[in-house]
Amino acid sequence: MSAAIALSWPTVAALVRRSANELMRVPGAAIPGVLAPTIFYVGLTSVFGNLTDLRGFDTDTYSSFIIPVSLLQGAGFTGAATGVNLARDIEQGWFDRLLASPAPRPAILGGLVASASIRSLVPAAVLLAVAFAIGADWPGPLGLLIAVFGVMATGTVAALWGCTLALRFRSQSAAPLMQAGMFVLVLFTTSYAPRELLQPWLQTVSDINPVTQVVEMVRQGFVPGTVTWAETWPGLVALAGLAVVLTWFALRGMRHMAD
Amino acid sequence: MSRLAANLRIIGALGRRSIRQTFRRPQLMAPIIIFPTLLLAVQTGGAGSAVNLPAFPEVNGFLDFMLAGAMIQSALLAGNSGGIALAVDIEMGFTDRLLAAPISRFAIVLGRLAGTAALGAFSAVYYVVLGLIFGARIEEGVIGVLLMIAFVTLAAIAFGGIGAAIALRSGSASVVQGLFPLVFVILFLSSAFFPYELMLEPAATVAEFNPVSFIVEGVRDPVISTLTGEDAWKAFASIAAIGGISLGLSSLALRHRLRVGS
Repeated sequence: MSAAIALSWPTVAALVRRSANELMRVPGAAIPGVLAPTIFYVGLTSVFGNLTDLRGFDTDTYSSFIIPVSLLQGAGFTGAATGVNLARDIEQGWFDRLLASPAPRPAILGGLVASASIRSLVPAAVLLAVAFAIGADWPGPLGLLIAVFGVMATGTVAALWGCTLALRFRSQSAAPLMQAGMFVLVLFTTSYAPRELLQPWLQTVSDINPVTQVVEMVRQGFVPGTVTWAETWPGLVALAGLAVVLTWFALRGMRHMAD
Repeated sequence: MSRLAANLRIIGALGRRSIRQTFRRPQLMAPIIIFPTLLLAVQTGGAGSAVNLPAFPEVNGFLDFMLAGAMIQSALLAGNSGGIALAVDIEMGFTDRLLAAPISRFAIVLGRLAGTAALGAFSAVYYVVLGLIFGARIEEGVIGVLLMIAFVTLAAIAFGGIGAAIALRSGSASVVQGLFPLVFVILFLSSAFFPYELMLEPAATVAEFNPVSFIVEGVRDPVISTLTGEDAWKAFASIAAIGGISLGLSSLALRHRLRVGS
């Protein structure tokens, strides 16, 4: 047991370092993950900015309302990219060597998702800079802290989803599925408008979708601008639940691959 | 005459190959059907209340308004996917073998565009059926549907020409793939998702003069109102202009590729 723990931290640290090296050596690889949510953020703000004239919005700046969605989208894309990178490593045989090493499997998974969690801060930093530049409201230190935590935790969940699919399909061809999964989870929430303004079918979907709680948790600092425990804990529970379920699937995928 | 028939046969064969390739590779199919469908669903469900804004055009529902945007998004992405597939052919050496064969060089590009056109037509039919299933009403009926399919197909050829030109010039799939975000910039700066009068500045002004807005409005017109010649000719003129430019660029890029080789 103690040997496994002793091996875990160096494994996690080595995989995080490998991911950081990739980012430093090929910085261009991070551009799509930053560009796509930024384009969506600026685009959606420009296109749907006047929706705040509808009764039911707590804000008159749509840039504040939509920023949590873009932050989570950025984290989702980053996590999905971790899945694509794992599929590449599986295709090239590198991951087989990792599985054959004495490193504990939870530590290997931990290293992959920890790197995704840290990397999700890159699009978040760019998005927040753009958001404040175009007039999004300042969420306050606590609101910002919760937003950053939400981004990192969503990056973790997205990486677990991506790794699960990579271990299942063992091919980079599964990339659209990895991206579409997070795209659906983040957007089929109260992403575009408050719940009461959604169409009835989307109200139902957003009620069931756990990521709605995460969006609301991250949004509270921006809109309405006050942070409460009542808006925070459902998001924490949703993230923890998703992480537990997806970790189980990812570890099962690793076991099947090693068999 | 036999030469023309031979070229048409080659275009047909390459077009069929291009369609099969798209249906077999999920990474080529997803952008054409899955992403625009998801975006259509979430925007219709999420921003549907926008029809209550005072300046919003008279429509039966937000889905009616959004259908044209989804179709043109799909046509743009079909053009981009066609460019990626052509670049992959160049990278793998398949295009070199075609260039060495005793066939017209332009048939190689036209074959790819024939496939893109077929995908454009397929996506137009798909969105019409999807719209009708979920309660959209097409005011101009069958004539309107045929006009929509024609516009989307022609738009797919025009956008596909741009993808082909970049693929031929760069010979790199990742370069063409890099244009993917640009598609969304073009869409957000058009009236694809919202009336430009209700967009924020400066996007509203750009959207008012963006040729993609004219194409979208030409496709949207038969859905939300009775046909107006003005919207139709503006759409046709925009497609012709983009198509002319893109085919010209493709021709130049093909000459460049023949000169420098792969």
